[in-house]
Amino acid sequence: MLKDITIGQHFPGDSVVHTLDPRIKLLVTMLYIVVLFMASNPLGIALSLAMLAALYAAAKIPPRLITRSLKPILPVIAFTAVLNLFFITGAGEPLFELFFLKIYREGVEYAALMAVRVIALIAGTSLLTYTTSPLVLTDAIERVLSPLGRLHLPVHELAMMMTIALRFIPTLIEETDKIMNAQKARGALLDSGTLTERVQALVPVLIPLFISAFRRADELAMAMECRCYRGGEGRTRLKVLKCGTRDWLCLAVCLAAFALILSTRALWQVAA
Amino acid sequence: MSAIIETQHLTHIYGHGLPDATTALEDVSFAVEEGDFVGIIGSTGSGKSTLISHFNGLLKPTSGRVLVGGEDIWADPKQIRRFRFMVGMVMQYPEYQLFEESVYKDIAFGPKNMGLDAAEIDRRVRAAAEFCGIPADHLERSPFELSGGQKRRVAIAGVMAMEPRILVLDEPAAGLDPEGRDTILSQIKDYHRRTGVTVLLVSHSMEDIARYADKVLVMDQRRIAMYDRVDKVFARAPELLELGLSVPQVTKIFLKLKEMGLDIDTDVYTMPYAVRTVLAALEKKKGVAGC
Repeated sequence: MLKDITIGQHFPGDSVVHTLDPRIKLLVTMLYIVVLFMASNPLGIALSLAMLAALYAAAKIPPRLITRSLKPILPVIAFTAVLNLFFITGAGEPLFELFFLKIYREGVEYAALMAVRVIALIAGTSLLTYTTSPLVLTDAIERVLSPLGRLHLPVHELAMMMTIALRFIPTLIEETDKIMNAQKARGALLDSGTLTERVQALVPVLIPLFISAFRRADELAMAMECRCYRGGEGRTRLKVLKCGTRDWLCLAVCLAAFALILSTRALWQVAA
Repeated sequence: MSAIIETQHLTHIYGHGLPDATTALEDVSFAVEEGDFVGIIGSTGSGKSTLISHFNGLLKPTSGRVLVGGEDIWADPKQIRRFRFMVGMVMQYPEYQLFEESVYKDIAFGPKNMGLDAAEIDRRVRAAAEFCGIPADHLERSPFELSGGQKRRVAIAGVMAMEPRILVLDEPAAGLDPEGRDTILSQIKDYHRRTGVTVLLVSHSMEDIARYADKVLVMDQRRIAMYDRVDKVFARAPELLELGLSVPQVTKIFLKLKEMGLDIDTDVYTMPYAVRTVLAALEKKKGVAGC
């Protein structure tokens, strides 16, 4: 049940996507998000989905994982879609009318577009964490943000916090599972009962979870100090990131794909 | 005597139907008689924890059946809580499940979930605390102020307070100092003796199993390798060693003695028994020398 959450998990591999320079992956992912929201026509969205599918295929990540990571946020997607469905007003006659609820053609279009967008967004960002180990990813984040260090922003510390947070997601999920089992063994009603009963039933799970999270944080801080960790200043790296020809080539291909997707805007307007 | 827990062709596959499915239990059939003290041993990943999680329905069998008190626990999934109260389960490191503001309230969590009245809850909490050696003045303290061993005892008392007919403990002594280990295990043994509750104890320590259990279940590679009385299992020491398990240290000494050419029994697993065997062997030797 809880094990289905795959956000932030890493699936090691040696595909092109896996070995691509993480900074480029990060950049491409961010651009992808921007492009997703700028491509406001079905053709552009379809193209961005195709691009995503191609990347997943190249990374050899089974598509089953996408459905699994989407499952927990499905309610959010459904909620957004339904809101859009009712709140977008169109120029033409409403398709459906019930008291004050009116659904226009534009509403349906926009709701579908939005749902697909959010799904693509999750799947796209998941690909980044699936193919990049948290350690490498933070390294990339740190490098990309390093200019901000001049403004006295603690870039290294922020990156380290992110790594630790990512690293502990699976651990805490496992811990939650264990605690839930222990409380279920004592007769706690975690999977049935009314809403208030269920919320109350969470207390015996959340308290031990918080305590254990604090304990882990404490132990981790101690372990880091024991290994003489003292922040990012003057820290050198074992593996220095380097962009090779292949990395630049991949970036070029992705940028070309983005340009293509964005060009559909003009195309769509001409057609319409 | 009737079987209180029985598994019939129990198979469990994690992630059944997915490409990364792993089989954790394969066709496990065995039965525990009411009132037994069964030790469960097996190397890491042999399926011990998966097996015991089936006894109170924390896991559902992929195929096969689990019977508690002669009833299939999954006959009606809505009734599963009834079996959870019947089979008390103490997980590994149970002190991490404590959450209430006082020791008393934490021990009362299980009985309260059973829907008992206040007087009965009070009786059970006090009885369980006494069994686990928790002093009465600790009951009003916060469980988080206690030491590791004391917390462990509170957690075990929390399960005992449900007064289950079967008590399953997954390494209740892990991570405790030798004295804490002995105290907790002998309290459990004492509880077993006084209440007649069936106890299933998972442990990595052969010494503990030898000292406290009547029967031993040896798990190996998702299956049951042996299930017999303690002396019979430890008599098969070479096989145990082959499974990557060890035998109690006394047994090792006797095996060595046999190897050195002494005519001596090797199914020895506790100290008092060892003393008797040595004395008997000496007697025999004297008799031979006397002739």
